Amino acid sequence: MDNFSPKSWNQESKPHLFCPGCGHAIALKQLGYAIDELGIQQKTTLGIDIGCSLLVWDFFNVDTVQTHHGRTTPVMVGYKIAKPERIALAYMGDGGGYAIGLQSLIHAAFRNNPITVILINNENYAMTGGQLSPTTETNVKTTTSPSGKDIKFGPGFKGPELLRQAANEKGFIARASVSNPIQLKNLLIKAIKNQTENNSFSFVEVLSICPINWKTDAQQSFARLKEMEKYYPIGEIK
Amino acid sequence: MPDKKLFITGNEAAVLGAIDAGAEVMFGYPITPATEILQGWVAKAEENKKLQYLQTEDEIAAGFGVLGVVLGGKKAFTASAGPGHILLQDSLAMAENLRLPFVGVMMQRGGPSTGTVNFSQQEVNLAAFGGNGDGLRIVYSASSVSELYELVIQAFNDAWRYRFPAIVLGDGYLGKTRSTVSLKKPNELISNYPILEEKTNATHLRNCYSSEESFGEVLKKNISDWNKNKSVIAKSESFQTEEAEILIVAHGLVASAAKEAITKLNLDMMKIGLFRPITLNPLDSTALKELAKKTNKIFIIESALNQLARIIKYELAGLPVEFIEIAKPAEGFTPEEIIKLISSFLKGD
Repeated sequence: MDNFSPKSWNQESKPHLFCPGCGHAIALKQLGYAIDELGIQQKTTLGIDIGCSLLVWDFFNVDTVQTHHGRTTPVMVGYKIAKPERIALAYMGDGGGYAIGLQSLIHAAFRNNPITVILINNENYAMTGGQLSPTTETNVKTTTSPSGKDIKFGPGFKGPELLRQAANEKGFIARASVSNPIQLKNLLIKAIKNQTENNSFSFVEVLSICPINWKTDAQQSFARLKEMEKYYPIGEIK
Repeated sequence: MPDKKLFITGNEAAVLGAIDAGAEVMFGYPITPATEILQGWVAKAEENKKLQYLQTEDEIAAGFGVLGVVLGGKKAFTASAGPGHILLQDSLAMAENLRLPFVGVMMQRGGPSTGTVNFSQQEVNLAAFGGNGDGLRIVYSASSVSELYELVIQAFNDAWRYRFPAIVLGDGYLGKTRSTVSLKKPNELISNYPILEEKTNATHLRNCYSSEESFGEVLKKNISDWNKNKSVIAKSESFQTEEAEILIVAHGLVASAAKEAITKLNLDMMKIGLFRPITLNPLDSTALKELAKKTNKIFIIESALNQLARIIKYELAGLPVEFIEIAKPAEGFTPEEIIKLISSFLKGD
């Protein structure tokens, strides 16, 4: 094990299988540090969605279950009802959370189910080869918006701002970015603490990069991420 | 000591069965004719704080919520019907893949689509083979209020013992009809345990594989477990079959009507009996084959278009027996109607 890997990572599944340069790995490293810092590895259960999130199924040395597309939220809501003393994390992408699983996400926030949802927003369905997702911004080219995303399919979907309207007042909602890993880790810690200390719902959207489907190199990826941060403001939203 | 008599509906019996099976959590979404199971559970939970529930945003969440609870080690179930049963296939497929002890009580209603709200036997295919897999699910069909209670307990026991999802089929008439019953309390309850084990070495569960071979190994193991246990899981009732030359095969309330018809036909010296599958999947093929060998005509009667018939004929393929399929999708049968149908067929009308 190198000196930088989070202790909660499962070394047997490393090197990980994400594409070179994928933002998931940055987010998962900060999640690992957050778990280490809080000392909750033995108390945590992780639910993960399908899509690129699937690759997290054995990423951590914490109990993990991979479920169907969009269904991670209800699985972890159920799990937390059976195991209120455990820390329930749900990990998904923007398609899983904001399209197919949005109904469950809104209702978990609305009911204030004490789970922590972490949603990686890279503005596309990446595992299936880069289709447009709700968060794809106007005029962005994807395999299902080859001329650029038409406004008739909606602008970029602002999930945290939507959830804020539905969530209980004790809910914690934030947006982070892989461009600022320290802030990302701190928001994850705050979100997890909202579950453990306030027995309440928490949600962190993480703006991320997808060099393979964006067809960008490292520099271009982070340049596009900076542009994303202008449309999707970073910080605590609720 | 005989258990005390109760005057309850099938839906109330299902709730009592779940409680006596040790269920602690129910997830549900209102749908006729199964709504009273959710309401009944919530009423019990008001009295007993150990019982929990969530009225979810849809049946998809109800099914996956059940999976979350069982992963945490508690017995949980849902109840639904028709269009809700369709949405539950999503979670049932995951339960089938990961061998999770999902329990569902499905009160069949007429279909396809919203159909009718009272009665049908059209959810047999859905319950047994509705997923994108091979149908390793245990499916029971109850034909009376007291049997519904017993089968709900059996479903929890089998689901946790064999780790296959289990579905109990009833219908609106069974769910809403009130009868006098004395409930047989279970002799044995299979214990529950956390499936995500909370050990130092983490449990990693997935239902998605990257190679045909590695997934093939998982399926082989599941199929082998199914084949090893299916003869123990399978249950049936044979009624007036000792001397029967003609056999009726029916399940659920249609079987109850068939029994009454058979009792009357026996009085007219007709040698006719009933094979009633209590589990539709797996089928008690040993008992069925024994009976089929002694008969030359098998009437398969059901309130669906040949959903039961396909299961029966698959098991009996090659036997020299004549099948007469009587199908009335989403409509019931009275005993008199069954007598008339059989008599006129035998007269060659």
